[in-house]
Amino acid sequence: MTGPALRIVDTTLRDGSHAIAHQFTVDQVTTIAGALDRAGVWAIAVGHGDGLGANSLQYGRPLHTDEELLSAAAAVRKQAEIAIAILPGIGTKEDLERARAAGATVARVSTVVTEADIGVQHLGLARELGMTAHSHLNTAHLLDPDGLVEQCKIVAGAGSTGVFIVDSAGALLTDDVRRRVAAMRAALPDDVAVGMHEHNNLALGVANTVAAIQEGATLVDVSLAGLGAGGGNCQTEALIAVLEKMGIKTGVDLWPLLDVADDVVRAQVMRRRIEVDRLTITMGYASVPASYLLHAIRAAERFGLDTRDIIVELGRRKVVVGQEDMILGLAAEMAGVQAQEER
Amino acid sequence: MGAGSRLRVAIIGTGNIGTDLMFKVERSPLLELAGVAGIDPSSPGLRLAREHGHPVSDTGLAGLLDLVPHIDLAFDATSARTHLEHAPVLAERGIRSVDLTPAALGPAIVPPVNLAAYPDAAEINLVTCGAQATVPIVAAVSRLAELPYAETVSTVASRSAGPGTRNNIDEFTTATARSLERIGGAAKAKAIIILNPADPPIQMRNTIYLDVGDRLSLDALTTAVTAAAADVAAYVPGYRLAAAPQLADGIATVMIEVEGAADFLPAFAGNLDIMTSAAVRVAELYATGVTA
Repeated sequence: MTGPALRIVDTTLRDGSHAIAHQFTVDQVTTIAGALDRAGVWAIAVGHGDGLGANSLQYGRPLHTDEELLSAAAAVRKQAEIAIAILPGIGTKEDLERARAAGATVARVSTVVTEADIGVQHLGLARELGMTAHSHLNTAHLLDPDGLVEQCKIVAGAGSTGVFIVDSAGALLTDDVRRRVAAMRAALPDDVAVGMHEHNNLALGVANTVAAIQEGATLVDVSLAGLGAGGGNCQTEALIAVLEKMGIKTGVDLWPLLDVADDVVRAQVMRRRIEVDRLTITMGYASVPASYLLHAIRAAERFGLDTRDIIVELGRRKVVVGQEDMILGLAAEMAGVQAQEER
Repeated sequence: MGAGSRLRVAIIGTGNIGTDLMFKVERSPLLELAGVAGIDPSSPGLRLAREHGHPVSDTGLAGLLDLVPHIDLAFDATSARTHLEHAPVLAERGIRSVDLTPAALGPAIVPPVNLAAYPDAAEINLVTCGAQATVPIVAAVSRLAELPYAETVSTVASRSAGPGTRNNIDEFTTATARSLERIGGAAKAKAIIILNPADPPIQMRNTIYLDVGDRLSLDALTTAVTAAAADVAAYVPGYRLAAAPQLADGIATVMIEVEGAADFLPAFAGNLDIMTSAAVRVAELYATGVTA
């Protein structure tokens, strides 16, 4: 493969946090970050699933602060970058400064795909702090390729050197991914990399990520054993195996990652199994952000509803990343409606 | 101000906010619109003000001060930077300033909660739409029960979020959180804002989480929150509880929806309507002396 080398970002310790209600222990972070660093990934993303400053009633109280988890990862890294996510409106520039001090070297400024301008200040600060400034354009299914390109230009103009399509709902089909990456690659300068962040809600995680790479994406987000929100992320070890088989060099040592995925992530970290089931398929089909899954399951239990009904209604209301409070309101409303219907 | 006369107010800024203010002031029995100041003679806002028969300056505040002899109070709907220039000019002439920009020079005011404590304030800062929507609820609860923590999530339609919010989103969340503490009475607070691009646009929605522990019953919570919502609805007619208040695991959850009055701004922009409504409320309360 010609062109710039592929950079693998493992997000087990950030997106995976969603799958365990943000309860990573320091020991788990130390073990997993150490293994990823030795295996040769470019960057290890760490922290609360909803990014810096997301320690909240809305998104969930984590077992440890982002600073504690970042420090643990930074202490064992030898070659890998340490990445954080920050969602403007949730995390602030002050949070970013603290994360930098705790050892983060890559800032991924994440906004809803239509709202790229709200991250301009945070990209600027990341650069001032000497960090690599990347952008996550989340809930990416909301815009067509032309609309996406316009938003990419905003973040590239603000100094972002890597722009990710973040398929938060796992709603994009493989051709949707191809068209978007191709449009971005054609429109963006050569020194701005295109990235892909997939959710496996419709079982397209690996396939869509491979398609993105074929169209010119050189940054990919992946997760060990797929640990991540909803149906999980593009699975690290599966993607590496597929790419190696395709003759695309990743520079990542597959064998030890197979062990850490199964022996640590699957055996010691994972709670609800990461799989493509009726709930994640409904999320992908209804275009609902994967991070809503556990919140929707809890609300369904609390109000005696079918989780799928909540997910479908969330999709109908066109929720975006971050609106977890809608779930409680909606579930209460639906429970009220159902109670009346039963009378 | 003599008995029977109305408070003479000016509007600085002829964008959407300034124009919406014009409609609200025209409707108020307590206020008289002394004039409107803009800087772009061809702006639709200035043209509309002229059509409505108001004295109009197209050379900003300075022009308006030359044109209109007596002004009691000015609404500033320009930008934070411009308000920093306007504030001393207004202060020098004894014109009370109600600031709708993020400049935050004066005391932060949420009218039903703390305006009465500032009968003589020369400069009023309306904080953020998030604060206007959530502080009254937090204050009502903190009066009944110790409140170690409050958290708010304000979701607004993308189309209703202007550059002032977009370019200063940290200032929005920080200023909102500080007002939840200082005015709302929470020991510690966090504020979150989400922009949703759905079309048709969503209405402003606020979810308020309150750590009340076992210090408050659901009945007491519901009574307090319902009364507080009615106080705000008295001047923001589209302000309402979106669902019955919830109480589980020591956390009270209150959901508020704000539909705009659609005077000039679209109905979905409840987040802007609550700001212009609060500004007019402040002026009316000064007009009636209720604050003294």
